[in-house]
Amino acid sequence: MLEIRNLHARIEEDGREILKGIDLSVKAGEVHAIMGPNGSGKSTLASVLAGRPGYEITEGSVTYQDRDLLGLAADERAREGIFLAFQYPVEIPGVNNMYFLRAALNAVRKQRGDKDLDAGQFLKAVRAKLKLLDIGEDLLQRAVNVGFSGGEKKRNEIFQMAMLEPKLAILDETDSGLDIDALRVVSNGVNRLRSPERAIVMITHYQRLLDYIEPDHVHVLSGGKIVLSGDKNLATELEKHGYAMLGDAA
Amino acid sequence: MSGATAETLDAVQSASGDSYKYGFFTDIEAETAPPGLNEDTIRFISAKKEEPQWLLDWRLEAYRVWLKMAEPHWAKLKVAPIDYQGATYYSAPKQDKDRPKSLDEIDPELLKTYEKLGIPLREREALAGIAVDAVFDSVSVATTFKGKLGEMGIIFCSFGEAVREHPELVRKYLGTVVPQGDNFFAALNSAVFSDGSFVYVPEGVRCPMELSTYFRINAANTGQFERTLLIADKGAYVSYLEGCTAPQRDENQLHAAVVELVALEGAQIKYSTVQNWYPGDAEGRGGIYNFVTKRGICKGDNSKISWTQVETGSAITWKYPSCILEGDNSVGEFYSVAITNNLQQADTGTKMIHIGKNTRSTIISKGISAGRGQNTYRGLVRMLPKAKNSRNFTQCDSLLVGDKCGAHTVPYVEIRNPSARAEHEATTSKVSDDQMFYCQQRGLSKEDALALIVNGFCKEVLKELPMEFAVEAQKLLAVSLEGSVG
Repeated sequence: MLEIRNLHARIEEDGREILKGIDLSVKAGEVHAIMGPNGSGKSTLASVLAGRPGYEITEGSVTYQDRDLLGLAADERAREGIFLAFQYPVEIPGVNNMYFLRAALNAVRKQRGDKDLDAGQFLKAVRAKLKLLDIGEDLLQRAVNVGFSGGEKKRNEIFQMAMLEPKLAILDETDSGLDIDALRVVSNGVNRLRSPERAIVMITHYQRLLDYIEPDHVHVLSGGKIVLSGDKNLATELEKHGYAMLGDAA
Repeated sequence: MSGATAETLDAVQSASGDSYKYGFFTDIEAETAPPGLNEDTIRFISAKKEEPQWLLDWRLEAYRVWLKMAEPHWAKLKVAPIDYQGATYYSAPKQDKDRPKSLDEIDPELLKTYEKLGIPLREREALAGIAVDAVFDSVSVATTFKGKLGEMGIIFCSFGEAVREHPELVRKYLGTVVPQGDNFFAALNSAVFSDGSFVYVPEGVRCPMELSTYFRINAANTGQFERTLLIADKGAYVSYLEGCTAPQRDENQLHAAVVELVALEGAQIKYSTVQNWYPGDAEGRGGIYNFVTKRGICKGDNSKISWTQVETGSAITWKYPSCILEGDNSVGEFYSVAITNNLQQADTGTKMIHIGKNTRSTIISKGISAGRGQNTYRGLVRMLPKAKNSRNFTQCDSLLVGDKCGAHTVPYVEIRNPSARAEHEATTSKVSDDQMFYCQQRGLSKEDALALIVNGFCKEVLKELPMEFAVEAQKLLAVSLEGSVG
């Protein structure tokens, strides 16, 4: 589904190179965890895949469903089924959360060739997903992320993901800032969204998320490169020895 | 419109890539005054409208005051010189000598124009619950639902008709809120106003439908000077909407309107405007100069006047819908969204004059600047010595799209009573790249993302609009911002 080849990217503003040759292959149905110390380029990788402005690709390629991903604008990527759960979800004052979600869903559906959902159908879909994820209705009538607690913001991200039904979901530090209860809710949500058609790339600093969402593959990013890949046991190793063990591997 | 004209217009429109969809021109036979302004022009207008002597005298008085006045230049606006002698002050669609008795007798071209604007003049096609008065260039061409309103004693008609049919009401209230010599543009309007709408809601009557006027400037080189007078008698309620569009032309056209509202004891007036005059092109060519004086007086105790405006059009907007809170416990409100894109300029705001005891006013202003647009909020809150325990709350937010536009806030607060309070809050923010990316990452196009963010920013004001207008206003905001994100 996703093929990343020798990807180099730098920050447009200051020219700093962050990604220095990433290779990664993700198939439908797989869950990949990308771990690594602060500043290793994890979030940059997520940003570049989602098409966030401010980065320049200097080398390499990314193929998504046999298409050149880097040639698509951020909104096109989203409509093609790429979803980024933000590390810091953005507040949009005055815009009702439901209204926002319906606009997004209809944009994505249009691309798929589906009809717009009317208000009734939409509400039905919303209720079904809320139930599936065990999330209350309290967030729906508030402005997008405005005044949400850290946990509420992350729950809202997963709820959006459930509604938009992406093919490739990238979770950027979804566990950061969550207490144990919130982590459980969010993880349950993600687990329920695992499916043979969907790939999930989780970016995390800590191993604890992987206790709740079991990955098929674990990669360690350091200095803008993937320095280690393995199965879920790699995460346990890392937890034991810390990122210091990368010194030998890198 | 002839086929050839229509084709040319279509070609011009598609070539310029302009998104102003109301920019068409209707080829219609018109009766037009010779250009220029002098006492004879005024006599011509007054005679055309078969006005009584007192009104002609009133106009001439205004003209003589106007001659001594200077064009105001205190606003933060760059205005190209206006040639008052080059303009035409009266243009009316030619009609048979007898005025049309029904819509069937109205020129079909006119009806088509209003259809294109999305304003149904035929009552059976009309939106349920909205009565429309359509003003085309200088005259009112049709008023719908008159009969139904008449049964309740509500008068809703063109200004000209009001002068003929209800001279005592017009004479009693005309110029009582905006006197002839109030300001340069109001004086000009008083001298040459051609038509407009008149509303009277009798004591204790709640007007059952929205009253609406659609203004359309069609003829070239013609100023539009309409005058609206709205009176809500004791305990009455009325909600009134106005919308405006104009053809796309390279030269600037002057629009200098006056609106006067009178709310007697316990009366409530809600006045909403969606102003979408032609804004000029991306290079700042053409567009309407919109110099408008709007003012309401809460004459009786416990009365209320609420202004809501969405200003998206015009090359220049100069407009300060105001409230004089004379009655005790009276309430004034001003809700405003003003957008400037490309080279548009807006200097708009309100004046809240607190005279009576326990008077309250609320001002919510949302200014959006995009392109190279300049947007100024200018507001006055004045509490006079008798305005005991009066309150004002002002919130003034500016949103910038891009880095070549400007937002300015100029609040004046004068308090001459120790028990009165005024609060002012102001913010300026930018549409952030993070907000745009977040929306786009959820599948929204850049344009849709911006429209969504801007609509959210304006929500407090948009929710004050009647439902039908709120939807139109949201779409307009999106159209007005087209091309402002790269």
